Amino acid sequence: MRTILSGTAKEVVIDTEGPVVIIGESINPTRRKKLASALQENDFNPVLELARSQIAAGADILDINVGFPGVDDEKLLPEVVKAVQDCFDVPLCLDSPNPAAIKAALKTAKGKCLINSVNGNESSFNSLLPVASEYGAAIIALCIDENGISDDPVKRKNIAATIIGRALKSGIKPEDIIVDPVAMAVSADPRACLVTLDTIRLIRSDLGHNITMGSSNISFGLPDRESLNAAFLTLAVYCGLTCPIANPEKITAAVRATDLVLGRDDYAVRFVEYFQSRT
Amino acid sequence: MNDILKLIANCVENGKIDRNTPYPPGMKGQDGADELTRLALDSGIKPEQILDGALVPAMAVVGDKFSRKEIYVPQMLMSAKAMNGAMKHLKPYFSTGETKRKGKVIIGTVAGDLHDIGKNLVAMMIEGGGWEVIDLGVDVSSEKFLKTIDENPGAFIGLSALLTTTMENMKKTVAAIREKHSGLKILVGGAPVTKEYCERIGADFYSPDPQGAVNYLKQFAE
Repeated sequence: MRTILSGTAKEVVIDTEGPVVIIGESINPTRRKKLASALQENDFNPVLELARSQIAAGADILDINVGFPGVDDEKLLPEVVKAVQDCFDVPLCLDSPNPAAIKAALKTAKGKCLINSVNGNESSFNSLLPVASEYGAAIIALCIDENGISDDPVKRKNIAATIIGRALKSGIKPEDIIVDPVAMAVSADPRACLVTLDTIRLIRSDLGHNITMGSSNISFGLPDRESLNAAFLTLAVYCGLTCPIANPEKITAAVRATDLVLGRDDYAVRFVEYFQSRT
Repeated sequence: MNDILKLIANCVENGKIDRNTPYPPGMKGQDGADELTRLALDSGIKPEQILDGALVPAMAVVGDKFSRKEIYVPQMLMSAKAMNGAMKHLKPYFSTGETKRKGKVIIGTVAGDLHDIGKNLVAMMIEGGGWEVIDLGVDVSSEKFLKTIDENPGAFIGLSALLTTTMENMKKTVAAIREKHSGLKILVGGAPVTKEYCERIGADFYSPDPQGAVNYLKQFAE
């Protein structure tokens, strides 16, 4: 299955056969106090700098999250989208729990965006699926519903199937639905990552959709987070992960290596190119 | 008597739950917090001596090590499980009222937020500090906090939020509690929460780590 997203000029194809597409996670004020205070003062320079550095480090798509306490993201998200699109041509992933902000951003955005995210709750279907359909956006289907996060891979996959069913009814094309199996910290539960890997496998074999996930938090509460994240990402890609949301400055090396090992990088072109760009 | 309390404390610090557990590997085959606590009670040591003389100081050591990044979340969870291995023998004394704890703390992650690790760590540390903890879980509405406060008058409140977007619900929950119970102490925490935010929303205390919450509560111990 091939999901095609576009920015002002650049088109990105996410293919279930690979190679891995990186969605840069860093434009997000959580844990970035400077970014939050700049956004509060309508200073978008730190956002543009994060966009530039992530693209240079290997990001194909940029996640845009402007959440901080008291934010008017219905106003701010479209403004940031416009500022980023004035300077960069990559596709955007619009990340907000507020459907009105997503809609406002879609109105402004050029190209074909990804919505992060639609979950398995009725209210999420009602508020986001018509919007995605109207603006021709792709969606991330997050495997969480009113019962929370299941530790059973089959249940998580079933939530994905439910969201996909509803999205198709709303006129969204199957290839425009990317599933997020939910990744949880392995420090609190030694089987947490295994559950996610099994979910990815099931989604890949039974549903066949592209798969994304925020993969940096699995290492919460442990040392040497980069090694852990890289190990998990590699296994997840082998199981069917195609477009992780991660920090490209930390993860691109592991992504390029994984693609090469999986036979998706003939003559090691991308692997070598990335190595040479860093030295 | 001091010897067995030291042994119990050592089990909690190192996460030795019971004799059967293979963890930590260096203590394989030895009695754990579970057996040693039973033994201590059977030999006439008072539950409060075990709580104050072994569990509370051991969990304080664990909390400090975690604050200094000498141990990580899995080690802390092992210690908490060892503490529970001891605590299960003390609980009958708590429920009859024969042994009193320092007070009650109601804790939960605010509405819309499903993160539980940080909240669980704080709950364990507070319990290990000698308090009764009422853990409401994740995605807890203001109404549920208020109802639980009504059922447990005078309890301390701990609120967790892990997303910039759910911090707003923390603010709303603090306001809802303040409206009805102006005198209660509210503790807040979570990755995006800061001391400034704590002050701005009218909460009483912020700590970046679990041990900070335990230290703050000490001054109010009954």
